[in-house]
Amino acid sequence: MASEKAEIDALKKECDGLRTQIEAARKAVNDGSMTGASGGVASVGRVQLKLRKTLKGHLAKIYAMHWATDSKQMVSASQDGKLLVWDTHTGNKLVAVPLKSAWVMSVAFAPSGNLVASGGLDNICTVYNIKAASPKTLRELDAHTGYLSCCRFLSDSEILTASGDTTCCLWDLETGKQKVVFTNHIGDCMSLALSPDMNTFISGACDSLAKLWDVRDGTCKQTFSGHTSDINAIAFFHSGNAIITGSDDCACKMYDLRSDQEVINYQDTSLNAGVTSLALSSSGRLIFAGYDDFNCHIWDSLKGEKVGVLSGHDNRVSCTGVPEDGLGVCTGSWDSFLKLWN
Amino acid sequence: MSSSSSLVAMKKVVHQLRFEASINRVKVSQAAADLQQFCIQNATQDPLLTGVSSSTNPFRPQKVCSFL
Repeated sequence: MASEKAEIDALKKECDGLRTQIEAARKAVNDGSMTGASGGVASVGRVQLKLRKTLKGHLAKIYAMHWATDSKQMVSASQDGKLLVWDTHTGNKLVAVPLKSAWVMSVAFAPSGNLVASGGLDNICTVYNIKAASPKTLRELDAHTGYLSCCRFLSDSEILTASGDTTCCLWDLETGKQKVVFTNHIGDCMSLALSPDMNTFISGACDSLAKLWDVRDGTCKQTFSGHTSDINAIAFFHSGNAIITGSDDCACKMYDLRSDQEVINYQDTSLNAGVTSLALSSSGRLIFAGYDDFNCHIWDSLKGEKVGVLSGHDNRVSCTGVPEDGLGVCTGSWDSFLKLWN
Repeated sequence: MSSSSSLVAMKKVVHQLRFEASINRVKVSQAAADLQQFCIQNATQDPLLTGVSSSTNPFRPQKVCSFL
């Protein structure tokens, strides 16, 4: 017993030493600030986007939305117990998927456009074939012991999930079984995003940490700290070298993966609402962040300044997304509407 | 035994920290320069920065055709 306690104490000491070492290594490469370096970059001025369409159809709070890769179709999930697939150019509803459990928290479109997935307080990620005559349940991925907060397809045969059970998971859709389980967070996982090259993904959790993972071997490669509350939203910068996070602490942050540290903090003393969701414009210059204050605020990602706002929702903005062609932004809200802006 | 599982857990934490401590880090000034360059290079192709003309805007409210 005593020798085990001694061993644990020695390991604790090693942990502290390693943490100090990591902080020192980060400081050693911190030779200048991002905002300072952006002094010479031209300002984007005031970004004023117009509301182009309001999509009405859900009967309760919208919790999630995801664009299809064709930049035209989009799927939304509401606690009215439905997924709706929209043609955003016409505003028409294409498919309605009734859910077994109305407590949905996440929805995803497969890159092929053939499948959508959703999940929530049922702890299950259900995958539907929406190309069938009527939406057909393809798989029920049931192994998480906590709510499903986020899901993203890699292809029609693999999907990543993030859960309130503190793990993320890679599933094989052909067998319905878990391929890899990603364990390291000590709080509910709230959000995930795949890297552009699909070899890694990032997760944000209620432990206020963001982690970078290897999709294939399950290892946690890097951990990013700095937030002081739950990270609700996370996205990759399109170059693959940086990530953006949004948190209940009312701030968004950019972390550079190669410098292994926070490089910008997006925060405003007048903004006292948590960040629920975020999306980047196609060049990465603009960050669209949805907040609990019913607005989607627009940040200049390089200069760290607020450059605009999308106002119009009557309740919390719960989800935000920019399609692949970058032609607009979609915001979804607890007011049951989705709005398209550009 | 709970003490053994604490030991196992601690070993995992140390292992993970050793791994994270071992990576090479690029200078922030270099990282910042690369991020800026990416944004600037792609700025002209970013419709939300350049603006979307009404004739090519897929989300603009549909014009109604009427018979004259």
